Amino acid sequence: MSAVFPPGRADEPVVRVRGLQMSYGSHDVLTGVDLDVHAGEVVCLLGPNGAGKTTTIEILEGFRLRSGGDVQVLGEDPAQGGDAWRARVGVVLQSWRDHARWTPRRLLEQLGGYFAPYATPERSRPYDLDWLLDTVGLTENADRKIGTLSGGQRRRLDVAVGIIGRPELLFLDEPTAGFDPQARRDFHDLVHRLSDLEGTSILLTTHDLAEAERLADRILILASGRIVAEGSAEALTRQVAGNAEVRWAREGEHFVHATDDPTPFVRRLFEQHGDEITDLEVRRASLEDTYIAMVQRFESGNPTAPTLAEVAR
Amino acid sequence: MNPTRHAIGLGLRRGWTEFVLSLRSPQDQGFYLFMGLATLTYLWLNRDSEVAGTDLLLPTVALPSLLGALLAFGVIIGPAYSLAMEREDGTLLRHKALPHGMQGYVTGQLLYHSIGLVPLLLVILVPGFLLFDGLMSEPSGWLTFAWVLVLGLLATLPIGMVLGSVVPSVQKVGTWGMLPVLAVTAISGIFAPLQSLWGWVQVVAQVFPTYWIGLGMRSAFLPDAAAAAELGGSWRTGMTVLVLLAWAVAGLLVTPRVLRRMARRQSGSQVLEAKEAALQWVK
Repeated sequence: MSAVFPPGRADEPVVRVRGLQMSYGSHDVLTGVDLDVHAGEVVCLLGPNGAGKTTTIEILEGFRLRSGGDVQVLGEDPAQGGDAWRARVGVVLQSWRDHARWTPRRLLEQLGGYFAPYATPERSRPYDLDWLLDTVGLTENADRKIGTLSGGQRRRLDVAVGIIGRPELLFLDEPTAGFDPQARRDFHDLVHRLSDLEGTSILLTTHDLAEAERLADRILILASGRIVAEGSAEALTRQVAGNAEVRWAREGEHFVHATDDPTPFVRRLFEQHGDEITDLEVRRASLEDTYIAMVQRFESGNPTAPTLAEVAR
Repeated sequence: MNPTRHAIGLGLRRGWTEFVLSLRSPQDQGFYLFMGLATLTYLWLNRDSEVAGTDLLLPTVALPSLLGALLAFGVIIGPAYSLAMEREDGTLLRHKALPHGMQGYVTGQLLYHSIGLVPLLLVILVPGFLLFDGLMSEPSGWLTFAWVLVLGLLATLPIGMVLGSVVPSVQKVGTWGMLPVLAVTAISGIFAPLQSLWGWVQVVAQVFPTYWIGLGMRSAFLPDAAAAAELGGSWRTGMTVLVLLAWAVAGLLVTPRVLRRMARRQSGSQVLEAKEAALQWVK
């Protein structure tokens, strides 16, 4: 059901988390998170507010110390990640009012400079400034004061700062919060480009399901402090029982029937009633239905579904 | 390419850029202008009063003392505010996410707050020399001025950085930083000679660098005879060097540790919390 990688495989995952725990005092936020991100993969961490998405990603970024468990990011423990490790990791931060007097061009030039000592023959660092400005859509505003940028333009700048060092692994915590639809689409294109052309591995959090569906190769659902389900959007949808709904009308009466496999059901329906059937509608469960079902099941503390986190071991 | 040296180079460029941007900002121009005007007005209003026990006029004695006080005050409160602010707005976190970013950031702060003194000194010294006579008794005093300036910076900059690292929020810089620093300035013989204060206050004042920077500045500007009006009747140059050096060394030992501890606790959610708290504050 979920990807199981035999131990000792040559291509180690870029992120490998086992039994990650985090508690603040007596409050347990993460109770045993297991997750892998493989090279070139786009993985989306989905979950309700307070589920621990941000905590998880901050531990992986090396910005927060965990309470327990084993974490490897690009082969190192992020809690001890040195500067050479830092140079390979990109973090997109939500800025606020910093560098108001600077211009995007000046700031990117300054911050990108830190990556120059870490350039290799295969991987030049940092990115070319004009290319980067163009890629995130900031060329026209490159010489304006950052304090005068709109919220959306500021977020584009945040993304540019996050990727300027040409990271092998990129962390994005709710990257499109506050984006308008156009900016959101541009951002999705950028993620695809980074993943397809640059081979960047990406771990992002969101609570926008459509975004997860569009971007992610794999979705992990985090609820009650652990991963309760993982797979592609399609695979996740299939996991929820009764994943399709058939509606129809016959002799002025309306009917609804939930089924795992709507095709034979509809065939039988027509065999039985033929032309009497009107207003036929088959609706597949959406990722949203799946997500809500899964989160409810786990947050109610009665996980009757197969516990995928354990399967993955 | 040595990454540490490279990061320090970038930090110097950062500090210079911040300085140039500050010079162009009307807000900072206003600050410099205000400081210059306030100081000169105070001196001008007292231009004819004589300092007790000497044949010197007040501006002659007060100008070096004020320079010392402004140096100590500006270089402590400036970095304290910057650091507290940039912890909250994410500037620091941005640097934490860079290889050797914190080294560059701290370098930038040190340079920015050091050269930020230049316009402040200029707006006071240039009109001061035009308005008042006999401010600098000997040309060799400029040499003393230079070393007092450098040692004073080394002694006080770390205090500002530590304050900025430990205050819980920008709003607390006032109570945790501004008030104690103002209190120390008030007892440091800037506006009234140290001897006119109680004995224990004199002891407290001599623990902190502000008094010594003021004393050093007076020794630079005033004739040797004026030392008679000082505590112990001497400029106590050796002691000045010793106390300022001690503060500099203590700063060098403590500051990196405090900065590292502060940086370790930086995270995105912390910046977000600060943002929300600040938005509440505005309402």
